[in-house]
Amino acid sequence: MTGIAGAVALVAEDLACRRGERLIFTGVSLVLAPGGALVLTGANGSGKSSLLRLLATLLAPEAGRILWGGAPIGDDIAAYRAHLAYVGHRDAIKPALSVRETLGFWAAMRGAARPAIDAALAAFGLEAIADWPCGWLSAGQRRRLALARLVATPTPLWLLDEPSAALDADGEARLAVTIASHRAAGGHIIVATHQATAVPGASELRLGDFAPTASDSPDDPLAAY
Amino acid sequence: MLSRLANPARFMRLSGAVLPLLTAAAALVLLIGFYLALFVAPPDYQQGESVRIMFVHVPAAWLALLVYLLVAVASAVALVWRHPLAAIAAQAAAPLGAAFTLVCLVTGSLWGRPMWGTWWVWDARLTSVLVLFFLYLGYIALANAFDDPGRGGRAASMLALVGVVNLPIIKFSVDWWNTLHQAGSVFRIGGPTIDSSMLVPLLIMACGYLLLFSTLLLVRMRTALNERKARALQLATAPAASAPPHASPVPR
Amino acid sequence: MSAHLGLLRRELLLAWRQGGEIGLALGFFVLAVVLFPLGVGPEAEILRRIGAGIIWVAALLAAVLSLDRLFAADHGDGGLDLLALSAMPLEGVVIVKCAAHWVTTGLPVVVLSPFLAMLLNMDTAEMPVLALGLLLGTPALSLLGAIAAALTLGARRPGVLSSLLVLPLYLPVLIFGAGAVEAGVGSTGARAHLLLLGALSLAALPLAPLATAAALRQALD
Repeated sequence: MTGIAGAVALVAEDLACRRGERLIFTGVSLVLAPGGALVLTGANGSGKSSLLRLLATLLAPEAGRILWGGAPIGDDIAAYRAHLAYVGHRDAIKPALSVRETLGFWAAMRGAARPAIDAALAAFGLEAIADWPCGWLSAGQRRRLALARLVATPTPLWLLDEPSAALDADGEARLAVTIASHRAAGGHIIVATHQATAVPGASELRLGDFAPTASDSPDDPLAAY
Repeated sequence: MLSRLANPARFMRLSGAVLPLLTAAAALVLLIGFYLALFVAPPDYQQGESVRIMFVHVPAAWLALLVYLLVAVASAVALVWRHPLAAIAAQAAAPLGAAFTLVCLVTGSLWGRPMWGTWWVWDARLTSVLVLFFLYLGYIALANAFDDPGRGGRAASMLALVGVVNLPIIKFSVDWWNTLHQAGSVFRIGGPTIDSSMLVPLLIMACGYLLLFSTLLLVRMRTALNERKARALQLATAPAASAPPHASPVPR
Repeated sequence: MSAHLGLLRRELLLAWRQGGEIGLALGFFVLAVVLFPLGVGPEAEILRRIGAGIIWVAALLAAVLSLDRLFAADHGDGGLDLLALSAMPLEGVVIVKCAAHWVTTGLPVVVLSPFLAMLLNMDTAEMPVLALGLLLGTPALSLLGAIAAALTLGARRPGVLSSLLVLPLYLPVLIFGAGAVEAGVGSTGARAHLLLLGALSLAALPLAPLATAAALRQALD
C-alpha cells in the first residue's frame, strides 16, 4: 500500500547533475521529513526541473545519492517510484480522452485498486466537465486535471514543477488546500516555483547557490588536456 | 588497461607518438601489397587480369565487417562502462567503415562489369555488404541527428548493438535468398579456392587496410577531442547564467 | 495485469477515436501496391510473378510510416515520464504498445492482403501462404520498429530517420515472407519459411522490448 502512511524521510546527498555537456549543479543536499515542504527557487537554467526529475528517477545523477527511509533508492527503485507522484511542465493529456477517462487511466497505471476519482475531480473543481473530451479544455483546466492526479492516487512524496503555471486564483487556492491537507496527513512535497512564498512554512533551496565553480570538475571531462 | 587509456591527455600523448610510425607502416604495407597484387600474383585463367580487383575488393569487405564489429564493441563499452573515449572511437570509426563498404561495393561493380556485362550482380556477398552500408549510414545519421551530441552518441551506440545482433540473421537471410534465386551460373567471387599465391597478397592488403584504418581512426579521434576542447573553451568564456540584478554575490 | 490492460485499452481507444491515422497507413499500403501495375505494366504474368514481393514491400513501408504513432505523442506531452513512473516496467509498456500497434496496423494488412493479391492476379492458392506469412511476420515488424521509434525520439526528422534505421532490420522478414509464397507454389513448400518467420517474431518478442526500453530511458533525459 502506498498511502500517505508510507511517508518516510527523503534524503539527498551531494547530488550533481549534467545535462548535455554542461554541469548544472553540484553538491545539492537536502533532508525532507514527512509533513515537510521544500521550495526550489533559482533563475532559469539553474536546474530546478532537473533536480525534480532527478528525485523522480527520470534522470540519473552525475554524482551523489538519494535515500528513502534510510535506504538508497537504487536498492528498490520500483518501491521508491510507487511512493512518489511527479507533475512536470507538461500535462500528459490526450485530447481524445475525457477528463474522467484520463484520471482513471493514470490511476490504473499506478496500479491503484480503487482510485479516488470523484474526490480528485472535486478537489480541483472538475466535476462539471468530467465527461468533456480533453481537447476542449483550456490551459488552466488541463493544469487542474494534471494536478488532480495527485488526489486520485495518494502517494507520500509529491514532486511538483511550477504547478501553478496557468492556474487562475481559484485553481491556486485549491492547490494550496490540497497541499495543506496532504502535509497534514503526513505527506511531503517539493515544489519548484518562482514564488518563494507559495507554500507556507516551507524551507527553501536556492539552486543558484549550487552552480558549479571553476574548481569543480570541468564541464566536459574529455576536454581536460 | 582501458581505464588508463580513458584519460584524454594520455591518449593524445600516446596517439601523437604512435601516429607517425603507424602512417609509415600503413604506407609501406599498402605499397608492398599493391606491388604484389598488380605484378606478382598470377592472372586467373578464367578472368584474366581483372581478377586483380579482388585484392582491393575482398580485404575491403573484411575490413567493412571488422570495423562494424569494432564499432559495436566500442558502443558496448561506452554504454556499459561509460568509458568516455569509447563513444568517440565508435563515432570516429563508423565513417571509415562506411568508406570501406563503399570501396567494396564500387570495386565489386567494376569487377563484375567485364565478367558479366552488368554493372551490378545481386550475389550474396555484394548484397550483404550493401545492407552493411545502410547499417553504417543509419548509425552515422542517428549519431548526428540530435542537438545534444552526447544523446546522439548514446542512441547510436544502442543502434550499433541492435545492428550487430541482427547482422548474422540478415546475413543468413541474404544467403538463403541468394540460393533461392540462383542467377544461373554458380559464381563465387574469388573462385572456388584461393591459391596461396593469391592468399598472401590478400592478407598483406588486409594488413595494409587495417593499418590505414588505425591511422585514420587515431587522426579522427584526435580531431574529435580537439573539437570538444574548443567547444568547452568557448562555453567557459561565455557569461554565466545572469544573476538577478539585486542579488548578493553567490557564496563560494 | 490491470495496468497492462488499462494501457492496451487506452491505446486501442485512442486509435479508434483518432481513426483517421490508421486509415492513412492502410490507404498508403493499398496505394503503394496499386502503384506497381501502373509502373510495371498490367501484364498478368509479370504481376503474378512479383505480386508477393510487392505486397510484402508495401507492408514494410506501411509499418515504417506508422512507427511515429508508437512513442512520439507520449514523449511530446509528458506521458512518457508518467509511464516510466507507473507500476509497469517500461518493457511491459513497450510490449503493450507494440501489441496495440500490431492490432491497428499489422492485422489490417493481413486482412487486406487477399484482396490486394487479387488485384495483382495472384493465384488463390498463394493467398493463404501470403496471409499466414504476414500474420507471422508483422509482429516482428511492430517489435523491431519500436526500437527505431524509441531511438529517434527527440531527433531531427524522426520519421525518415527511423525508416532508414529499421528497413535493414526488416530484410529477413521480407525475404522469408515473400520467399514463402514462392516456395509455397514450388516443390519445397512454404513450411520452412513460415517457421522462420514465426521464429523471428518470437525472438523479437523478448529482445526488442529490452532494447526499446533502454532507448526510452535515454529519451527521458
